[in-house]
Amino acid sequence: MKKTRKELLYAILIVIPSIILVGIFIYGFIGNTIYVSFTDWGRNVGGLKENVQLNFIGLSNFTDLFNGILHQRFRQDLVNAFFYSLFLLIGAMSLGLFLAILLDRSPRGENFFRTLFIYPMALSFIVTGTIWRWLLAPNGGINVLPSYFGFNKSDFLWLSSRDMIFQFNWQDVPVILSVAGILICLIMGYKAYKKNNRKKIIVLSGVSFLFLFNIFVLHNILPPILPYEEIHGFNIATIGVILAAVWQYSGYPMALFLAGLRGIPESLYESAKLDGASDFMYYWKIALPNMWPITFSSFIILSHISLKMFDLIFAMAGADTSTAGHPSILMYLTSFRAKQLALGASMSVILFILAGFFIIPHLIHTRKQGGKSNA
Amino acid sequence: MLKRIIVFAAISLLLLPVLFAGGQTETQSGSSSMEVESVKLTGAKPSGELEIFSWWAGDEGPALEALIDLYVSKNTGVTVNNATVTGGSGVNARAVLTTRMLGGDPPDSFQVHAGQELIGTWVIAERMVDLTPLYEQEGWLDVFPEDLIKLLGTKDGIWSVPVNIHRSNLLWFVDSNLDKWGVSVPKTWDEFLQIAPKLKSQGVVPLALGEAWTVNHLWESVALGVLGPDKWNKLWSGELAFTSADAVKVWEVFKNVLEYTNADAASLSWQQATDMVVNGEAAFNIMGDWAAGYMFTTLKLTYGEGFSSSPAPGCDGVFMMLSDSFGLPKGAKNETAVIEWLKLCGSREGQDAFNPLKGSISARSDSDMSLYKNTYLHSAAADFQKDTIVGSLVHGAAANEGFMNDFATIMGMFLTSKDPVAAANGMQAIASQNGIQ
Repeated sequence: MKKTRKELLYAILIVIPSIILVGIFIYGFIGNTIYVSFTDWGRNVGGLKENVQLNFIGLSNFTDLFNGILHQRFRQDLVNAFFYSLFLLIGAMSLGLFLAILLDRSPRGENFFRTLFIYPMALSFIVTGTIWRWLLAPNGGINVLPSYFGFNKSDFLWLSSRDMIFQFNWQDVPVILSVAGILICLIMGYKAYKKNNRKKIIVLSGVSFLFLFNIFVLHNILPPILPYEEIHGFNIATIGVILAAVWQYSGYPMALFLAGLRGIPESLYESAKLDGASDFMYYWKIALPNMWPITFSSFIILSHISLKMFDLIFAMAGADTSTAGHPSILMYLTSFRAKQLALGASMSVILFILAGFFIIPHLIHTRKQGGKSNA
Repeated sequence: MLKRIIVFAAISLLLLPVLFAGGQTETQSGSSSMEVESVKLTGAKPSGELEIFSWWAGDEGPALEALIDLYVSKNTGVTVNNATVTGGSGVNARAVLTTRMLGGDPPDSFQVHAGQELIGTWVIAERMVDLTPLYEQEGWLDVFPEDLIKLLGTKDGIWSVPVNIHRSNLLWFVDSNLDKWGVSVPKTWDEFLQIAPKLKSQGVVPLALGEAWTVNHLWESVALGVLGPDKWNKLWSGELAFTSADAVKVWEVFKNVLEYTNADAASLSWQQATDMVVNGEAAFNIMGDWAAGYMFTTLKLTYGEGFSSSPAPGCDGVFMMLSDSFGLPKGAKNETAVIEWLKLCGSREGQDAFNPLKGSISARSDSDMSLYKNTYLHSAAADFQKDTIVGSLVHGAAANEGFMNDFATIMGMFLTSKDPVAAANGMQAIASQNGIQ
């Protein structure tokens, strides 16, 4: 007993410095940023004085970002961030899975190809961005490729187009979110129905009812979230950046999936074959469901990367190309160029919350798994 | 037991931010009038280290190095620390500068665009030292044009020493190409809009344009051309509203001008846009006179043959200037060395060492023009002495950094919506937000 106590003391002594450092330099600064986001730092001229007086203004910075006419770019950047994440996840994971399946068939030169596909990950975003900016230049790279085959040169503007598809009115965002919520409830409800989980079904139908109430009642009686129509959508100019990000990061899920595929016992494949399953059926119905934890963790890690597109966009499109923008770039410009420090801090806080959306499911998931293994 | 430790650690982690949040200094900023601290000229011999902070690397590096070499040869006791942070027009340098100034570690002297970029940001924050005594001692009030001194100072003092002068409102073209296409140099934007369809029908881009900031750059030339210098200045003093009919007309003309620019503008650098004119793909380009440096030094063309320039349409006799300057922040570690540096920056010798290499002109009226090999600069120097001088918006002379940044946002919105009235309203909103009223 005495010995364990001593060990415990050592353990605490060893851990304390890192707790203090992490506490100050990560959580302390996060706390400071949150505090600044509630103040008026940089709103008035002279906010850079030596003894600046910070006034507490509550949530004004946040309401400005979502309501103010000047912050249209911030809202569009949020929409961009959503599409960046969505298409990076879909693109990198499906391409990664496809490559993993190809390599799983043990082709000749497997090692070579595995290295080749994973190699782009070793590059920094700045390098990737610079290369792809050249490749996607309007009068070079990919656009002149067709002319080698006798076709006309393409004049697609990969990074500077001002076209927008999937357009929607920002005032309809609550409805769109509610519809998305109902869809998620339906999917979860279907699963619960299969498992005969009565309680879950009741909760889910209650939640969907709230969403329906929001669409049909609240949306009609409450004032709109913006006093005027504002069109947002998927900017074509982001396609180039998405392409580069998918190219760089599809090797990563490939490596994970490949390890997963190799982990499935050979006997499963053979018995599936005996039962007359095609290769497609095997991968779709047997291999993929078996790799659920791998799919999930690559999803989590890629979604983090998708929030950190700052350097890639900075290198490819530049800071001022608003069509390819991202909230993190806008935060940098707002804080350090416009010197609106409080407004920049509130953008960081919003990004922080967005990151939380991805981390919290991950934490819950790992806790559940931890519980299982302990039991 | 272990569980308890974890809980304890978690709680202390959660509490730390609260401790930090409380630690912010909150003192009353006192009365509204400024505390002006003027520079003290002791005449002491400088020693120690001098840190010069700038974003001059690459093409502009040699000019700065020439100036530093001259400084070291005059002040043998001083070692100069040339701290450059690269990045076009100083985006990254200014971010670093902001953190250093706020952190109480200002560089001894830093590069900044003369005018509101310095005044609206660091002077009103009471972080700069007034240089009026230095101006008086060195006789700069007589050798710098009066309009320039007005842009550099406020009623409380003069805040920086300009080392160079660039001109923003210039129209670039190739004479022989214009003859071939049968057009002449437009004197107003209306004239430009008349000849532009003719150029377009011949498959020529009437006006070459580049990435985001060059669009803003074009806007300021259009605005100055439409408004004229008086109304332009009144915009920045708050006497003319951004929503007035004149200001809305700027956006209308600008919208029409944009119709005659290249579609791939956003992915071209300003050099590539200049190339379009030189190669005969485009007829005109609006760019500052660093374009002359590029065509002269990099493309090896001569002024008047390979390329020509005239004031931007509607800007005859008006010189829209921007200037890089150095000042003295409060709390600089080596003030005597900085004073010697500023003296050199403003001196004829220093300016004539720096500007021929930088491709700009000297701010002084007595510079030795034989040192300037690029003949464009001779006409620029002559214009600078006789024209009306106004400050550039995009390059920091006319409005503070907050306005400049928000202006880029307004421009992004306008390029999508093409709505002059909405843009004018937005301009008014950012003007009042940034203290122009």
